[in-house]
Amino acid sequence: MSLWKYANPVKFLALSARVQPFAWAAAAVGIVVGLGWGFFLTPDDFRQGSTVKIIYIHVPSAWIAINAWIMMLIASLIWLVRRHHVSALAARAAAPVGLVMTVIGLLTGAIWGQPMWGTWWAWDPRLTSFLILFLFYLGYIALWEAVEDPDTAADLTSILCLVGSVFALMSRYAVLFWSQGLHQGATLSLDKEENISDVFWQPLVLSIAGFSLLFIALVLYRTGTEIALRRTRALQTRIERGA
Amino acid sequence: MSALLLRDLRLALRAGGGFGLGLAFFLILVVLVPFSVGPQSALLSAIAPGVLWLGALLACLLSLDRLLALDYEDGTLDVLATAPLPLEAALAVKSLAHWITTGLPLVIAAPALGVLLNLPVAGFGWLVVSLLLGTPALSMIGCFGAALTVGIKRGGLLMSLLVLPLYVPTLIFGAEVARRGATGMDAQTPLVLLAGITLGTLALLPFAAAAALRMTIK
Amino acid sequence: MPDLGKYATEVLGAYGVTLALMAVLLVLTLRRGRRARAALRQVEQEAQSHAED
Repeated sequence: MSLWKYANPVKFLALSARVQPFAWAAAAVGIVVGLGWGFFLTPDDFRQGSTVKIIYIHVPSAWIAINAWIMMLIASLIWLVRRHHVSALAARAAAPVGLVMTVIGLLTGAIWGQPMWGTWWAWDPRLTSFLILFLFYLGYIALWEAVEDPDTAADLTSILCLVGSVFALMSRYAVLFWSQGLHQGATLSLDKEENISDVFWQPLVLSIAGFSLLFIALVLYRTGTEIALRRTRALQTRIERGA
Repeated sequence: MSALLLRDLRLALRAGGGFGLGLAFFLILVVLVPFSVGPQSALLSAIAPGVLWLGALLACLLSLDRLLALDYEDGTLDVLATAPLPLEAALAVKSLAHWITTGLPLVIAAPALGVLLNLPVAGFGWLVVSLLLGTPALSMIGCFGAALTVGIKRGGLLMSLLVLPLYVPTLIFGAEVARRGATGMDAQTPLVLLAGITLGTLALLPFAAAAALRMTIK
Repeated sequence: MPDLGKYATEVLGAYGVTLALMAVLLVLTLRRGRRARAALRQVEQEAQSHAED
């Protein structure tokens, strides 16, 4: 597979340099146009009023929160099997982005639910699952920071990501099961499954695209940062040894 | 394997081995609950199954640092890693020892503590069954968490941060069994799911834990 | 500004929080990135001059 040649840091950085400008620009366009369209030009929902506008930030951020973890999972597997440092560093780079998206998803979800639930937090299955995902992100990042040797850190965090993914899935179903016991006015899900008419759908797709491109741009840049840090360390060791 | 089991059991049971501390913690926690939520028996009855499960879980969590840290420090883990017995089996045995000295006492103590919290009569049996089924999973998951953090100085807090989210499914189903049993509802579904989690955990996590341990020991 | 009706605080709050967090992420990412790349350049020069000695 020709994709594997990007496991070489130099080739990866070259590709990244070519892709990033487009990614950043397209992300900006997608987000500005998507959010702008959604915020200014769409009508209110007859039941949710203007809070439906939160959909343009809640859905994309939640989408990225989950997909970032999936990307980390794949990158972790690649590290464990093929030992490509770029892959491990990409996973490390993606985690804080996923974390922030999870937080945005949680906050917007809670705010969106407030007018309907009458409270700033409700143990709605979706919100609860995102809270658990938040904890998984925290643990993953904390483990990277805590282990001294970078390769060992990559190893351990990869295993954590793997096992964590299985448990995250289990938790999702456990939470669905657990929330059946809710008696407060039914699990008021945020009605995202309803037929969203074109009026809402198009700016939403744009926003999702914008957020996704932003994720790509951020991870490319951050992986570059990790590669730079790693190379700096290596060179410093070489200098100290040589001197 | 039995030699390893007996050794771990002996180490845990001798003075300074920490045996009984988990139990004491469980007791103290349960005693504190009425002080924090008030002594109304109806309220205590309602939350008793959940609180008892949470208490058992936390007591288990707090005793996890003994699982691998001491062996890491004195080099026993290096011996185990290179011994003819597969590391996976060794870790499974250590988890078993942990369960016998930590989880099992909690299961036995739970009914007595249930009395303190006005646990409904119907709930006692289900509480014990759910804890019996669920605490082995807690030990095994804890073993995995311990293996991840064994090389980290003062990694106990980090281990808790990593392990607690992993405990969520077990806690949800375990407490659900206890709660449904206490209120006379059918507890079969969560019971089966709890059993599934425990069995899956016991079957698969020894491999993950061993892999993590090898990465640290190298 | 569209008429957000009675949910104005919620909607604006949600957008505000989102944009603020994204801005923080961007700023921190760029700061750390610039610092790391500058440090690399410096070390590369050092290594270069060491090699020439």
